[in-house]
Amino acid sequence: MIETGEILQTLRMIQEENFDIRTITLGINLLDCSDPDAEKCAQRVYDKICRTAKDLVSTGEHIETEFGIPIVNKRISVTPVSLICQADPRPIARALDRAAKEVGVNFLGGYSALMHKGATKADERLLASIPEVLSETQLLCSSVNVASTRAGINMNAVKEMGEIIKKTAELTADSDGLGCAKLVVFANAVEDNPFMAGAFCGVGEPECAINVGVSGPGVVKRALEEVKGQPFDTVAETIKRTAFKITRVGQLVAREASQRLNIPFGIVDLSLAPTPARGDSVAHILTEMGLEAAGAPGTTAALALLNDAVKKGGVMASNHVGGLSGAFIPVSEDIGMIEAAASGALTLEKLEAMTCVCSVGLDMIAIPGDTSAAAISGIIADEAAIGMINNKTTAVRVIPAVGKKAGDRVEFGGLLGFAPVMPVNPCDNTEFIARGGRIPAPLHSLRN
Amino acid sequence: MRKALISVTGLDTTGIIARVATKLYELNINILDISQTILSGYFTMMMIVDLSGSKLDFDGVNKELQPIREELKMEIHIQRMDIFDAMHRI
Repeated sequence: MIETGEILQTLRMIQEENFDIRTITLGINLLDCSDPDAEKCAQRVYDKICRTAKDLVSTGEHIETEFGIPIVNKRISVTPVSLICQADPRPIARALDRAAKEVGVNFLGGYSALMHKGATKADERLLASIPEVLSETQLLCSSVNVASTRAGINMNAVKEMGEIIKKTAELTADSDGLGCAKLVVFANAVEDNPFMAGAFCGVGEPECAINVGVSGPGVVKRALEEVKGQPFDTVAETIKRTAFKITRVGQLVAREASQRLNIPFGIVDLSLAPTPARGDSVAHILTEMGLEAAGAPGTTAALALLNDAVKKGGVMASNHVGGLSGAFIPVSEDIGMIEAAASGALTLEKLEAMTCVCSVGLDMIAIPGDTSAAAISGIIADEAAIGMINNKTTAVRVIPAVGKKAGDRVEFGGLLGFAPVMPVNPCDNTEFIARGGRIPAPLHSLRN
Repeated sequence: MRKALISVTGLDTTGIIARVATKLYELNINILDISQTILSGYFTMMMIVDLSGSKLDFDGVNKELQPIREELKMEIHIQRMDIFDAMHRI
């Protein structure tokens, strides 16, 4: 029999420490919807999503009620659209957005292109349409993979993405560049990621799959409050134990959703995903370890320990772990990060160092509106290099704040939060980005 | 067995256990375990119950508790026991 203390601990995690299931994401294969006629393809896409995901939201809500755990988002990820569009991809984008609204999900990801080695014609068409599509749709998220450890870095795509991010920001300037919050540039993108904006359903995935992302930075912070001043061995053990408990609930929800929807279970993503709410911050886990603010000397080490311990604790709690799994460090979505960035404790360069050891990359960072496309491409190239060399997923989701300068503030609302505009190194890199071509894959890509 | 936890918290008053237990009896829900205490003036009760005798589904039982919530002005949550088993038992 479960003891009273254990029941109270679970209730406290949910009611006071913001423990939640961040997302149930349904991956749907759209390869069979392809058609040379863009409108026909769009109709097939719409029909298939509405058919496959019709019960997703209501099932999520039932599970939420029965288990007493919030499931914050219900989402859909689809096959990268560049793989199914043989013509203009914009009708498909509109169909995806409509389908997402029809089935009631919070976001739909997969307006994506995988071009780490080079671009197909469809990739080019999709890239060109991103700014317009993100300014005209509400729930659609876009991602582009520009590098991998196996293929190297596609510097043509890197160059283009700098320009696309600028253009997207300009077209969505009235909402502080919100379009860019729905656009992420990856190195080593994963096929089963349930988190936005980078979720898509990879080609190695089954017809459809349930992927679940857990969260609970507040729970980890609270657990660390109990071991104040103790050595890092104890810190790591405490995080592992907490991550195990969180992930077990993620596994339970994933299994339940899979059974009820009769859709195979894919993975649990063991992530600590913050929100702007107080008590739901990854940065505050780092400060609990003894740092004045995220960004203080020691921050990278603290994050490395956290990221590793979350995986070690979580991996035994689920039979399939995947996605991005680790600690996210978005700026605008984490009150501790926001405060650290606003006070100057946290800089873009320190964040870059932190992305060597966190689960993804530079995330939800507002930069001055006059940052050049080449500078954004340079940031992407640096981040892609970290991912390529270290065999990890990295990403860039920056938001050029049109008409704003360093120190100003942008506001996205909801889970996307708000952020101070952070300064970018002003030195010129135009010639570097203009070179184009490919940065060759590293020696350790040759593993066979 | 369909085990669930019913947790009841709020300002202490007379008849809380009686009111909740009577409703469960009416719904043919068997009480397996009860623990109850007063924490800083707050009534805190946890009941582990078996829903398998009830004709209602989970949502139905939850709705039946709504009038008691309003009448007693208490927080009453019902959730499946699986979440506690998953978190605390390997």
